[in-house]
Amino acid sequence: MLTRRIIPCLDVKAGRVVKGISFVNHRDAGDPVALAAAYNEAGADELVFYDITASSDERAIMLDVVERTAAEIFIPLTVGGGLRTVDDMYRMLRAGAEKVSINTAAVLNPQLIAEGAHRFGSQCIMLSVDARRINAPGEAPRWAVFTHTGANPRPTGLDAIEWIRHGVDLGAGEICINSMDADGQKSGYDIELLQAVSDAVAVPVIASGGVGSPEDMYRGVTDGRADAVLAASIFHFGEYSIGDVKRYMAQRGVAVRAV
Amino acid sequence: MIAVINYGAGNLPSVVRALRHVGADLVVAEDAATIEAADAVVLPGVGATADTMRSLEDLGIAPLLPKVIASGRPFLGICVGMQVLLSVSEEFGHHSCLGLVEGAVRRLPDSAGKIPQIGWNQIRPTPAYAEHPLFAHIPSGSDFYFVHSFYCDVVDPSLVAARTDYGLDFPSVIMRDNLAAVQFHPEKSGRLGLQLLYNFVQICAAAGTQ
Repeated sequence: MLTRRIIPCLDVKAGRVVKGISFVNHRDAGDPVALAAAYNEAGADELVFYDITASSDERAIMLDVVERTAAEIFIPLTVGGGLRTVDDMYRMLRAGAEKVSINTAAVLNPQLIAEGAHRFGSQCIMLSVDARRINAPGEAPRWAVFTHTGANPRPTGLDAIEWIRHGVDLGAGEICINSMDADGQKSGYDIELLQAVSDAVAVPVIASGGVGSPEDMYRGVTDGRADAVLAASIFHFGEYSIGDVKRYMAQRGVAVRAV
Repeated sequence: MIAVINYGAGNLPSVVRALRHVGADLVVAEDAATIEAADAVVLPGVGATADTMRSLEDLGIAPLLPKVIASGRPFLGICVGMQVLLSVSEEFGHHSCLGLVEGAVRRLPDSAGKIPQIGWNQIRPTPAYAEHPLFAHIPSGSDFYFVHSFYCDVVDPSLVAARTDYGLDFPSVIMRDNLAAVQFHPEKSGRLGLQLLYNFVQICAAAGTQ
């Protein structure tokens, strides 16, 4: 039986992990390679690196980080952030990433999805979408797509579900859906958003944004029907281990990979 | 020396890294002379069988593979490197593959759930192969990382060395004499994936070939 994946996500800037360090006190906690190795040992099913570097000089550092990580750990690694062309994707995949994640660049140029899928296969192309909920009175909720999330998010005018459908039609092999409303709140994923995305497309869906507990991740894969759950801070700050989440899920009948 | 065949497969670097990690003495090969001189051969793969067959034919590698396998040298096919061994593939229409293992490459049933299957699923060695050295220190039910939409529907059940359940119980490892092939990606399957590659390297050594 296919297991649900637990995926820690690391924000990396100029080759250093930006936040979240406390569970690896005995190592260089800012080193993404050391952190990736620790997560691998802890039973992570996959890893995501988001490069939040500003300049292209610093981006070359990310290639080195990916190369060093791939030399040491042998589970799937997805790299996102700043990938604007298929050549950018190629360099990351060649350096050892299993998949690339694209977000803003795909909104600006949807054909990037098709080009990437054609050249590397759909299974390599993860479309990440940042969505903010709109609750119009008397209507079902909908979600708007934003780019450049962080300090200064920009609206795109796109409806999240329509954009995701379009992205899958273009060749995206996996969707990572991040709720901007839930992100950082630690009160759980936006379950209705997950359900809407899971119902809209036939490719695997990764839930992101809002995890505060193993129960939230459990709800993401059960109520939300997500295939995988992504989290950052609850793992980085040592509140819960990957083993804690897997035990919680396994005890409630969700298949997970043995740690 | 193990030749890892380079025909442009996306997972070649990962396969090379993982094999080196477990101590393999290897060469990345794309020419007939190097492949024919090798003591063992690994055929990586990811993507579509039709594209892979075309690349193997364009590079002149396709006609070498039957010879390599018939020579008794250890051979490991990975993912699409497994699928191209079969007779035909139904991916993007009906097209011929290498025909070294009788059977067809078929799409996973829609009842399985999402296609492609992406993620970790269990392999269960069949009784005849439970003690095979390729599975040394790999308990039945161990999780491996899969990324595929198609599977190998093998005619001869005695070649099925392990099965995995995704909508149906499909062959996730096939073996025949010196030939082994796996549907999952050992190079991305963590510690147990490395164990399987290590086991293959040991098989190569035991064959007196490394």
